[in-house]
Amino acid sequence: MSSLLPLVRNETMKVWKKKRFFVVILVLLVLIPVFTYAQMKIALNNRDKFDDWRLQLQQKITDYQNQLSSERIPEEWKQYRRIAVQQLQYYLDHDVNPDSPNAVTFSRGFVEAAITMFIPLLVLAVASDLVSGERSTGTIKMLLTRPVRRWKILLSKLIALTLYVSLTLLATVVLSYLIAGIFFGYGGWTLPVFTGFVIHGSDVDSSAVHAVPQWFYLFMVTGLSWLSAMTIACLALMVSVLVRSTAASIVTMMAAIIAGSILTNMASSWHTAKYIFSVNLDLTNYLAGSPPPIEGMSLLFSVCVLAVWAVAAIIVSFSVFTKQDMLN
Amino acid sequence: MAFAAKQPIGSNVAAPVDSGISSSEVVLSVQAVTKKIRGRSIIRGISFDIGAGEIFGFLGPNGSGKTTTIRMLVDLIRPTSGEIYICGHQVQREPEEALRHVGCIVENPEMYSYLTGWENLEHFARMQEGIDAARIAEVVEIVGMDNRIHDKVKTYSLGMRQRLGIAQALLGRPKLLILDEPTNGLDPKGIKELREFIRTLAEQGMSLFISSHLLSEIQLMCDRVAIISKGELLAVGSVEELLSQRGAYVIWQFDNREAGVRILRELEHVSIVPEQEQHIDESVLALLPGAVITSMPQERIADTVERLTRSGIGITAVQKVAPTLEELFITMTEGDVVE
Repeated sequence: MSSLLPLVRNETMKVWKKKRFFVVILVLLVLIPVFTYAQMKIALNNRDKFDDWRLQLQQKITDYQNQLSSERIPEEWKQYRRIAVQQLQYYLDHDVNPDSPNAVTFSRGFVEAAITMFIPLLVLAVASDLVSGERSTGTIKMLLTRPVRRWKILLSKLIALTLYVSLTLLATVVLSYLIAGIFFGYGGWTLPVFTGFVIHGSDVDSSAVHAVPQWFYLFMVTGLSWLSAMTIACLALMVSVLVRSTAASIVTMMAAIIAGSILTNMASSWHTAKYIFSVNLDLTNYLAGSPPPIEGMSLLFSVCVLAVWAVAAIIVSFSVFTKQDMLN
Repeated sequence: MAFAAKQPIGSNVAAPVDSGISSSEVVLSVQAVTKKIRGRSIIRGISFDIGAGEIFGFLGPNGSGKTTTIRMLVDLIRPTSGEIYICGHQVQREPEEALRHVGCIVENPEMYSYLTGWENLEHFARMQEGIDAARIAEVVEIVGMDNRIHDKVKTYSLGMRQRLGIAQALLGRPKLLILDEPTNGLDPKGIKELREFIRTLAEQGMSLFISSHLLSEIQLMCDRVAIISKGELLAVGSVEELLSQRGAYVIWQFDNREAGVRILRELEHVSIVPEQEQHIDESVLALLPGAVITSMPQERIADTVERLTRSGIGITAVQKVAPTLEELFITMTEGDVVE
């Protein structure tokens, strides 16, 4: 009966007035300068040591190769190194600096680094108390006794959440670009970035490699981060429906995400772990051509796993929320 | 700040009707509703109807199932069996149609504390069609909150939150207003104002469902009451009906108490009520030292007085005392409170 738009407006307004998004912006405003400063230190350091980035790259390749001949380094690490060496060599052969310091490279790197933990954390700041917050304060009683079907209320919350997830990513990219630009200059949009490395065991097949302008690469990275972030958002919404307290809801989600990132680093021999959502969050990894945490994972595989988790979370959220007895 | 009860509540409400139930349409109908939670019966089959313009009191001690019942009325909880109709619409099957006729406060009036009162009302106005800013301003005036409405709710006192809750409940021009313990957090003056306000709403045709454990409140403002205990309705009826079920007491005072009691004992139509069965306000008894409490038909008072006088017994006072609802309630729910 009543249309969805006013409901979405309500939910958006509530998140805004709760100042959750301000917290997100504030965290970004504090952290980005910290990382920018660290990045600048590295750049200055490199400039002191090397006159030419090619020398620096060459040095890095030599370092990796030395590590490969060391006996104390585990085989798994060596595999990463071998692949990295081949990729760096590719950049060197094509005379492209993969680490050229500029604002766009920084934004790209920041989003890539933030996709597994930092962005999910920011998403949780908005998502975790969408439903549980209304239950713990009791406002759910007012909300659900209005003549609106429950599924519409939850859908409006989901739409508002999608909006804030998108805004969070946009803010991450824009703020990191603006802040990094102060130190590194605002260029770097058209810099070529190589993508399409195909990994077979420890060999890199570079036949499909092509250069894309960095702005396009940043766009892809942001898009993939959005997929990861939306999966987290859907799961957080589900937990928020199932759990009455906001604290419990945040802790549950954080535990799942952190467990995933730990597993990513140690589970290469446990193959079924690849179906866990939090092991699949690092989608940008595939673009850069890094080896997957567990063999058999690919971009398509990870996107599918995330989609299945997100859809399941939405189904659970809606079926529980529409039938649940609101006892308090 | 006072409830500006003289204001018309809304153009949509039905024309004023008599507050009796027989003549009016049924606004709320509860039919054989039960609720089990984790195998425990919380509500064991309750039924009652509320007519238009009626003030219906819902009495019960804490834990008797009052709030569970209210939650079922407004679709927060699904009954295990039985049906609830509001204005002819089954609440669980057609929540949108049924709930548009209801305004309610379940337990405390919990509003978004980080929004202002006005923003809260706007929020709830958007959830229902046909409520514009003018209507919001109207309900704000009705509950007399004009000067604080743009402050954040977290700065409000409990009394003000109660008013804001009522404003929210009135927004959609409901036919049924459900108030759960509405006198909580109000001072005696506020309670008196609320009582008058509720009367005015009922006069304009709105039905009110008011739960309370404060029986004196219900007694003063309700036309009919239902008494619930352990999930069952003990009685439903008009306040007078319920009180007359119990019968009034006749209290005697004599110059010679023993002689008076002796005569009364001889009379068949008089029974002296033993102390443990008396349900009379203790403050009333305190003013009547040596009173003999009896239960007898009122029409026999005159000849009983004559009989006593003939026997040379000096009667210093005879009076009729109605048991209060509270006393009635204690009789009916005996044991429940101790649990």
